[in-house]
Amino acid sequence: MKHIITALVQNQPGVLAHVAGMFAARGFNIDSLVVGRTEDPELSRMTIVVVGDDRVLEQVRKQLEKIIPIVKVRDFMNVSYVERDLMLIRIHATPEKRPEVVELVNLFRGKVVDVAKSSLLVELSGAEEKVEAFIELARPYGIRELARTGIIAMPRGTQSDSRQTDEADE
Amino acid sequence: MTKKSKSSEGASFLGASGAELFDRILQEEGVEVLFGFPGGMVLPIFDRLYSSPIKFVLSRHEQGAAHMADGYARSTGRTGVVIATSGPGATNIVTGLANAHMDSVPMVAFTGQVRSALIGNDAFQEADITGICRPITKHTCLVKRVEDLGRAMKEAFYIARTGRPGPVLVDIPIDVSTSKLAQEPNLQIALPGYKPRISGHIRQIKLAAEAINASKRPVLYVGGGVIIAGASEALRELAHKGKLPVTTTLMGLGAVDEADPLAMQMLGMHGSATANYAVQDSDCIIAVGARFDDRVTGNTATFAPKAKIIHIDIDPASISKNIKVDIPVVGDAKDSLERIIEFIQPVDRSPWLEQIAQWKKRYPFTYEANGNIKPQEVIDTVARLTDHDAIVATGVGQHQMWAAQFYKWRKPRQAIISGGLGTMGFGVPAAIGAQFGNPGKTVIDIDGDGSFTMTMVEVITAVRYDQPVKWIVLDNDYLGMVRQWQEMFYGRRYSATPHPCPEFKAIAEGFGARGISIRDRAELADGLNEALRHPGPVVVDVKVEPEENVFPMVPAGKSLHEMELGKLA
Repeated sequence: MKHIITALVQNQPGVLAHVAGMFAARGFNIDSLVVGRTEDPELSRMTIVVVGDDRVLEQVRKQLEKIIPIVKVRDFMNVSYVERDLMLIRIHATPEKRPEVVELVNLFRGKVVDVAKSSLLVELSGAEEKVEAFIELARPYGIRELARTGIIAMPRGTQSDSRQTDEADE
Repeated sequence: MTKKSKSSEGASFLGASGAELFDRILQEEGVEVLFGFPGGMVLPIFDRLYSSPIKFVLSRHEQGAAHMADGYARSTGRTGVVIATSGPGATNIVTGLANAHMDSVPMVAFTGQVRSALIGNDAFQEADITGICRPITKHTCLVKRVEDLGRAMKEAFYIARTGRPGPVLVDIPIDVSTSKLAQEPNLQIALPGYKPRISGHIRQIKLAAEAINASKRPVLYVGGGVIIAGASEALRELAHKGKLPVTTTLMGLGAVDEADPLAMQMLGMHGSATANYAVQDSDCIIAVGARFDDRVTGNTATFAPKAKIIHIDIDPASISKNIKVDIPVVGDAKDSLERIIEFIQPVDRSPWLEQIAQWKKRYPFTYEANGNIKPQEVIDTVARLTDHDAIVATGVGQHQMWAAQFYKWRKPRQAIISGGLGTMGFGVPAAIGAQFGNPGKTVIDIDGDGSFTMTMVEVITAVRYDQPVKWIVLDNDYLGMVRQWQEMFYGRRYSATPHPCPEFKAIAEGFGARGISIRDRAELADGLNEALRHPGPVVVDVKVEPEENVFPMVPAGKSLHEMELGKLA
């Protein structure tokens, strides 16, 4: 089972290596790990998708909290949230097939960002299932290249402060 | 974040070099002794130490210095400090840091690093020591500017000694120690992600007390956390108020006086049969400052099958890591125990206590005192001659288990033992560190010939600094614990375990220590007595029964009650 965890980290050298090393050393499986800046220039946010049962999730959360430059950890268990995965995908499309592909892109509210003789470069974002559904439908045309950012997520507004991680142990 | 421009003593650092700042911050932190070894990238710091009031102890190998700092910390509760140069100096302390990390020992290690501009260029004696040490320390930090050095040091000491203690590494490029401070450094600790002060939730405290009150066959399972937290007195009070039998882990030895009728001694792979049977029969395990290590639990699937599990620990990550816990209490052991005591009701548990008394009577740790000198007899004799009151370090192996079984520990911070990492060679230098922290006290290293040989060069250090450590080597010319496994599980094929030893007496004398060699049972007590009364460092080489085994033994992967009792059966 997949779980989303976010960690607010101090911008210090080695934090990413520390987190990645901890996952490797303890045998946790990561589906994706995204790091990016936040509203505070001293902090970055990592969004990690972990594969495992509830006990694994619990250990991952606690082990992350032990890393000193990690300021706050939040898991998205029992929380309603918004997730996004951004994809760039180059699809094989000859001039004859192009309208079909564009139609598909429009259905998914994607964007064609580059057109070449025999291919289209498409930008698409959304929840993971949406992105994967598009990939399946694009496959018959031929996928030349594909890159995804991995998931970032945020709880919905009403409950963004609903769970204090350090109380969750009790 | 508040700007604080002066040290806590109010003196200015303006114009000071990094090396001077280093020295002055160590003094502010109350460091009295520094263990280490010099080298190119720490030259400016050593130049400063030349005139510092802090005592510097030169080891013969950096690993020795790291274990000395560790032994000093374990025996005193203060933070041990070690310093080494870049590259090989730094990599030589890696084992020492990993060892301290596994056993939650407060330590700060300083390493020199090549000039900032050269980092990453494979410079001479360069190693990415912060990268190497990240998974085996509580925290690491590379200082890039002299302005950050003081704060990094203050944070290192704070992190090392608070919460679940552990080693912190601070890596200092040489240009940082030579640079002069052009402005007052900010020394204010800024660790937004570190909240070490945790107090157990009152609801959990009450739940724990209720479960204890309701239990008929409780067992207190006590680890090193009780010693670290200074919770021994609270533990004793709880045990007596609730009539709770106590077993300790290897790290918890001394947390409870083993002469106490409620004490069941150590549990686990080589624990007492009483403790192991009690755990397997218990209906309520109260784990305090322990972490359900595989050497303690045996097969986790069948560990304490009838028991409700209460777990008190300051590290939330220890809870439900190996064993599913029913009632977690995340908090300091002393604080938690003191609060639980209030809710404990006196309950009549005489059938349980009687059962335990019977086990204790039937299954004491034992050996046959005849023929060759038995290693257990040596420890028995040492324990008697020192009234169970010495500070005792060990290496790792059979001798370590016999020391754990036979010394009959009395008080906290008396056992200086490498538990989690199981580092052979730990005892020789750790005993020296403990002696520095406890001048005038009897400090002994009960060692095996394998462990002793690994680090015996540090005997020179004790001689040089006049530290009267007594090393007692249980010499069986084998790497005994591995040999025991080969005997029991590999058809007596003694692959690489015969370990013929040199004349330790002659080596000791060559190093400038006293050497005593004991070959006969009749000489044992006198020889040991002579060593203990000698005012300086002594190495006692005792040739013991070569193929003696440690029992009881829970074979790997078996349940605690499936232990092999050896001669007890």
